[in-house]
Amino acid sequence: MSATGLNMTASTWQLPSRGKVGMICLIIAESAIFTIFVAAYVFYIGKSLNGPTPREVLRVPIVGTICLLSSSLTMHWAIARLRQGQMAAFRICWFLTLLLGAIFIGGTTLEWRHLIYQDGFTIQTNLFGTTYYSLVGLHASHVIVGLIGLTIVMILTLLGKVKREHSERCEVFSLYWHFVDAVWVVVFTTVYIVGR
Amino acid sequence: MEEAQTHDPRACRARHLVRRSLLVAGQVAIGAFVSSAAESAWASDPVSPTNIFAPDSTPAHSIYRLSIFELEILGAIFVVVFSLLLYAVIRFRERKHEEASEPPQIYGSNQMELAWTVLPVLIVVVLFLSTAQVIHRVQDAREPEGTIEVTAVAHQFWWEYRYPQFGVVAANELHVPVSDPARPTPTYLHLLSADVDHSFWVPRLAGKTDLIPNHPNDMWIDPHETGLFLGQCAQYCGTQHAKMLLRVYVESREDFDRWVHTQQQQAAASPSAAGSALFVAKACFVCHTIRGTTSVGQAGPDLTHLMSRDTLGSGAVPNTPENLLKWVRNPDTFKPGTRMPASDVTDQELSQIVDYLMTLR
Amino acid sequence: MYEWLGTGDHKKIGLMYIVYALLFLVVMGVEAVLMRIQLTHANATFLSPELFNRLFTLHGTTGVFFVAMPILFGFGNYLVPLMIGARDMAYPRLNAFGFWMTAFGGLLLYASFFAGDSVAQAGIAPDVGWFAYAPLTATAFSPGHSTDYWNLSLLLAGVGSISGGANFVATILSMRCPGMTLGRMPLLAWMNLVMGGLVLVTISPLTAAQLMLMGDRYLGAHFFDTQAGGSVVMWMHFFWIFGHPEVYVLIIPCFAFISEIIPVFSRKAIFGYPAMVAATTSIGFVSLGVWAHHMFTVGMPSYGNAFFVLTTMVVAVPTGIKIFNWLATIWGGRIRFRTPMLFALGFLFQFLIGGLTGIMLATAPFDWQLGNSYFVVAHFHYVIVGGILFSIFAAFYYWFPKMTGRMLNETLGKWHFWILLIGFHLTFDSLHIPGLLGMPRRVYTYEAGRGWESWNMIASIGVIFQGVAVLIFVYNMIQSYVKGTPAGNDPWDAWTLEWATTSPPPEYNFATVPTVHSRRPLWDIKHPDDPDSKYE
Repeated sequence: MSATGLNMTASTWQLPSRGKVGMICLIIAESAIFTIFVAAYVFYIGKSLNGPTPREVLRVPIVGTICLLSSSLTMHWAIARLRQGQMAAFRICWFLTLLLGAIFIGGTTLEWRHLIYQDGFTIQTNLFGTTYYSLVGLHASHVIVGLIGLTIVMILTLLGKVKREHSERCEVFSLYWHFVDAVWVVVFTTVYIVGR
Repeated sequence: MEEAQTHDPRACRARHLVRRSLLVAGQVAIGAFVSSAAESAWASDPVSPTNIFAPDSTPAHSIYRLSIFELEILGAIFVVVFSLLLYAVIRFRERKHEEASEPPQIYGSNQMELAWTVLPVLIVVVLFLSTAQVIHRVQDAREPEGTIEVTAVAHQFWWEYRYPQFGVVAANELHVPVSDPARPTPTYLHLLSADVDHSFWVPRLAGKTDLIPNHPNDMWIDPHETGLFLGQCAQYCGTQHAKMLLRVYVESREDFDRWVHTQQQQAAASPSAAGSALFVAKACFVCHTIRGTTSVGQAGPDLTHLMSRDTLGSGAVPNTPENLLKWVRNPDTFKPGTRMPASDVTDQELSQIVDYLMTLR
Repeated sequence: MYEWLGTGDHKKIGLMYIVYALLFLVVMGVEAVLMRIQLTHANATFLSPELFNRLFTLHGTTGVFFVAMPILFGFGNYLVPLMIGARDMAYPRLNAFGFWMTAFGGLLLYASFFAGDSVAQAGIAPDVGWFAYAPLTATAFSPGHSTDYWNLSLLLAGVGSISGGANFVATILSMRCPGMTLGRMPLLAWMNLVMGGLVLVTISPLTAAQLMLMGDRYLGAHFFDTQAGGSVVMWMHFFWIFGHPEVYVLIIPCFAFISEIIPVFSRKAIFGYPAMVAATTSIGFVSLGVWAHHMFTVGMPSYGNAFFVLTTMVVAVPTGIKIFNWLATIWGGRIRFRTPMLFALGFLFQFLIGGLTGIMLATAPFDWQLGNSYFVVAHFHYVIVGGILFSIFAAFYYWFPKMTGRMLNETLGKWHFWILLIGFHLTFDSLHIPGLLGMPRRVYTYEAGRGWESWNMIASIGVIFQGVAVLIFVYNMIQSYVKGTPAGNDPWDAWTLEWATTSPPPEYNFATVPTVHSRRPLWDIKHPDDPDSKYE
């Protein structure tokens, strides 16, 4: 098959990057899963037959939220620096992202420890418990997966294996991280604002 | 291009003739199926006591009218499209002399796309509006005065019926008065479930409505003729879903009132002391109520007027002494997987219990 | 052997999906035969209720997840890269991962057969129906692990499907050969794109619901626990939010096969390519909004019911448009009645009828009678067997030469078609009637005297024909694989890129990546005086 009479070269044929498309597909699928959990949460607001209400036990995780949302910013900076080849700045920003994410998870851990051991509030307690732990837990598990990815790249960076030409791949990963943050905005609004 | 097989023109034509006649025969056969089914539907009972095309109550009638209307439209669509397909398949088959060339390539036509978009949309509008009307008429109907109210509670695998207006608790056989269209006395059913999902379906009286735990539903029927109407549970509910049968007895007002009066009575003092003692000793009382005694179990059907019922096991078998004996000994004989356990009784104890049960008229 | 276990080549993975699905198709068939024997007579005792209930659960679950999905993913995986001029799918390793997840899911489901007292009574295979309504699936009503086999096997398969869906989307968007704009790619590519996108938003709700069910069964959660105030209707909503678009996931690739086969065997370009794309895409979107037509009897308020009546009827419009476009493709053509075309025409006829009975079911009041009855069983088998299976057979006869280098025997193919047609209609035309006469579904037996028996008997006879037809097909495949006529590159005189390479294609698909200028690159080559590119 030849390109008879056609002025087309390989460089003029542009298609979306498969990395980005693949990651967006993952994000779409995950969004659908989260939507169902959010729907269950919203549907069950106020329907618990007994047990503590959100107002009684939930404390708004302001610090964790600020950390997680800022980590999107640091992630964005990290990618920009990597594209420019500024490896030292990249390393710092990437580390900050990792740190802020870890603080968020730490905060959630403390929150849950308090709820479970101090308030005696678990997934089995009532509908609120069921929907709260599953929704926040689902999100937290996604953050943890992100942290694992961040750690791997951090290690590779410290070993000197990450170069400027990897910025595309890191950008694909950053899409996942931004998604996790965006989901937190939704979860936070649902659980700590609408649901309380 | 290489064809893997060559054509023999006569065999080819013969094949197509066979195909064409088979298709026509098929069409005729299908037509025969459908029309015989419809015809037998007209003669309601002879074909089937659960025929949806033999309505005998306003909800069923409303559905019936809508469905006939729709069948006419869909039937017309089918005839048109199928005829076009049949014609195309015959008219445009490749002839021998055409094998080497290609027909004119036609890529599309905006007018046709518009036409066969607009026309279906109009059909959808018509169907939707007629449907919405019937939905509203059935679901949003208001209860007139004189309505009989029944709370139906579905269990695995039997039906409990409570008549709060009369203080009656019955099981498995629903008695309702016939309703005169001039002055309707419908029966409104409030539908609950004690365990899993079930569905109340008596085709000649109404469409089905589900009984779902923690989700009460309502439906109504206003049968225009007396008689026995059959149906069964229509939502898979476990092992014996298939034998959770429905029996609706539509009676004249006098007969219905008489039935209510009987059901309101407590169990007569029993001459069968041995049997009633065993009823307690063998733990039957844990699940069953016999009003007028100390048995107030709720898990199984109320037995106060057991012998007023035609069947046992919610339609599983006729209510005869022999069947009752077998049922009490081991319900799995007739309905394997039913919730009632077998009885740990000697033959003598069994016949004493059954003798006692047979006094519960 | 190890080559197959570790491969990421889309053609090998495609073939593995197809063979896997065919094996489970036979299993499904056996389950169906057993059930039909039990249902031939009223009050039969051939099967116990427990066994029957496990059989229909397995039959449905296997059919959707371990026959239909894999076989369509198989064909898609095989054909999409070839038809868009690519060397493989976007993510070969993800592709393999998806296949193996699906495969293990099926094995896990059937492991339940052996994980109990009696293999003959089907062990502890799930018995909650393929849609596993709560609270039947709660530990209270489903003690033991049978429901967990259902739940876990589908979680695995679901992950496999989502991987596959993402792979299709990424491949079709990012791997097309030069010149193949979205407006020039074959309809098969478009339809697999829509299917892939639909999979992403369809399977995930099921995954979510199944995680919730797992929470209820293992962690003491109360998602569907009515004692705690939970709602079992919520399970229905979540399940059908998956379940309805899922059937479009199944049918859209079949539309793809028909859209490739009808033009070639009518010797005409597909009529209305842009309309077909628009119709398919809108079906994909609208199908996300119709789910509660499976719940008309649940007690939704009247305006809720009316809404879903409307959306369901609306989705019939683009579906009809497609039927008309196929009809217009045939019109004015020169029809070659080879086996692929016979199956495609059977599809058209049967899909038309299945669509019309679907509109009956979309009419909520009519559904209040017909829902959960044998009418529904007849309807969905009409679309699944009469539609999906017929189009899959069409695809087999059409692409088997490309995959193996040999033609399937045409005479055996015609026997296969006609016997299947007769058997299909005997069984599934008949089964509509008991539904109209009040027979509910999922019943291991039924009462005599309701007018159901003779129709059930005819339906069972039809199964014999269908079994024979499938045996003929299996024999045809084996015999042709070994000594069928060599096919060459392009036995059908077709026009899309897969026919431009050898049969079977080399691992790298094309020696040089092609550049295309129209929707039918091979037509342009064969008709340099009248190429498609002039008209598009």
